[in-house]
Amino acid sequence: MSFEASYSGIGRLDRLSYRDTIIHRLDPRAKVVATMLFAIAVVSFPKYEVLSLLPFFLFPILIGALGDIPPGFIARKVVAVSPFAVFVGIFNPLFDPGVVSIAPGVPVSAGWVSFAAILVKFALTISAALLLIATTSFPGICRGLRRLGLPALFVSQLLFLYRYLFVLMEETMRVVRARDMRSFGVRGTGVRVFVRIVGTLFLRTVERAERIYGAMLARGFRGEVPSMRREALRLSDAFFVAAAGSFFVLCRFVPVPQMLGRLVGGLAG
Amino acid sequence: MHMADALLSPAVGGTFWAGTIGAIGYASKKLKDHLDDRKIPLMGVLGAFIFASQMINFTIPGTGSSGHLGGGMILTILLGPHAAFLVMASVLTVQALFFADGGLLALGCNIWNLGIYPCFVAYPLIYRPLAGDGRSAQRILVASLASGIVGLQMGAFSVVLETLLSGKTALPFGTFLLMMQPIHLAIGIVEGFVTAGVINYVRAARPEILDSSASSEPLAAGIPLRNVLIGFIALAVVTGGALSWFASVHPDGLEWSIKRVTGKGELPDQEHGLPATLKSLQEKTAFLPEYGFKPPANEPKAKEETPSWPAVDAGTSLSGLIGGVLVLAMALGIGWAIRAFRGKKII
Repeated sequence: MSFEASYSGIGRLDRLSYRDTIIHRLDPRAKVVATMLFAIAVVSFPKYEVLSLLPFFLFPILIGALGDIPPGFIARKVVAVSPFAVFVGIFNPLFDPGVVSIAPGVPVSAGWVSFAAILVKFALTISAALLLIATTSFPGICRGLRRLGLPALFVSQLLFLYRYLFVLMEETMRVVRARDMRSFGVRGTGVRVFVRIVGTLFLRTVERAERIYGAMLARGFRGEVPSMRREALRLSDAFFVAAAGSFFVLCRFVPVPQMLGRLVGGLAG
Repeated sequence: MHMADALLSPAVGGTFWAGTIGAIGYASKKLKDHLDDRKIPLMGVLGAFIFASQMINFTIPGTGSSGHLGGGMILTILLGPHAAFLVMASVLTVQALFFADGGLLALGCNIWNLGIYPCFVAYPLIYRPLAGDGRSAQRILVASLASGIVGLQMGAFSVVLETLLSGKTALPFGTFLLMMQPIHLAIGIVEGFVTAGVINYVRAARPEILDSSASSEPLAAGIPLRNVLIGFIALAVVTGGALSWFASVHPDGLEWSIKRVTGKGELPDQEHGLPATLKSLQEKTAFLPEYGFKPPANEPKAKEETPSWPAVDAGTSLSGLIGGVLVLAMALGIGWAIRAFRGKKII
């Protein structure tokens, strides 16, 4: 991924997260907890289970639709980060030669089934994580994490990182562009130049941090980033978590697709 | 080498999350006692710096391929282990959210793999003794190389362990290890050279930054060994717990592989075709022979008995397939309908 592409990807997720929809208005804590429960429920399926995972697609689809998030954008990002899971999973068909039948007379290697399970789980968990950040502002997530009990120091790290991410990335982008324009192809992109660039950026960053600290002291900083918001969990947040949670439990323990298939088969027959 | 949710089991993901949360709490507490406020913005901005510099590609000498910085060792040398661990954790959290590197459940593993080993193992045990007082460029180079390589090797090994303990892949341990370790040896060497280059650059330009990072962390020299021991004990408990869980869920899988090794004379010869394939599947996954809709079960015991592939006769398997397609179509239809209504401003 080129620098510009990844930068604009972050910027776009950030802009999406400030929309105002029914999902965006939910408390960040509710969305973090629901997404975690979702991930746990999805990965708790055994390795040969594919069909029972399918109902779980309803969760990201609903969040995306109600939160008005462009599905193509999320799908492209999911594909972009898939190589590691694909790389590890693709060996299943090689090392797992047992045969299963997915339909009468259609035998497949068991490895393909477990590979499909990995891919489905990957699509589910990654799209849910991306939708969390697309429907919740990052400062909102940080506040939620603080309320959920993470140390204040760690949460203030996240806030600082996020605040200066865009500043530093723009600065870095200018440096990289300057290097690329001076280095025709490969020359000048080696480790030696890279080390100088990173060293210079580091020193500038340290000086920036000193100025920031001075400015923060002048505004009364005493070691923690305060939040003026006093948000309480509303009924809608509780309902969201309860509804999502019971849906996950239902789909985890009841084989919905198989039941539906039998129902349809029964009606047809 | 980001671990992914899809390859994890909840037990492995959960235990590594527990270890990571414990380490974050521990590092925060340590820092709170000994940190001056000045460092808080510095750490945050350095997190953004690592993030930004990871996006600068450079050409790896002799190969023509491009690499980028990991940054764990640079941060540890410049900030000390506790502060660096928190910064790494925040960098990985932002990566998990914005780049979807791995997912939320795997984030615990990723912070562990890329944070614990460089900050609490490679730095105190390898970098500090080798670099000495940090005044010699050669010693810094040697120390950075050694600690960079060891940190990444441990991280890569950890990825292999987490993947295999989770039991979602069929990849044999040795094969996976042979794929992961050498490539991370190469990455570790490059990372070591870059780390040494940056540290020496900073030392030449602003030596007081390195001095202050070493002196403002009096703990860095004293406690590591105990920390590391605790870490290893925790890791042993974590992996032991996960291993026993794994073994208890998939005894059939283990039996099956043993059976495969000792030769399979189990199946009667007259069985061919579909019944044979189904039987072999049944042996492999040991699902319940009488297929029925399982009642919702709350106890973990019952959960472990959930069939892996709940289709014994072909009819059930087909109806499951039809049902799966229907479920997916319904979910997509609901999403499409919401979007359509939203476009007309009805919702």
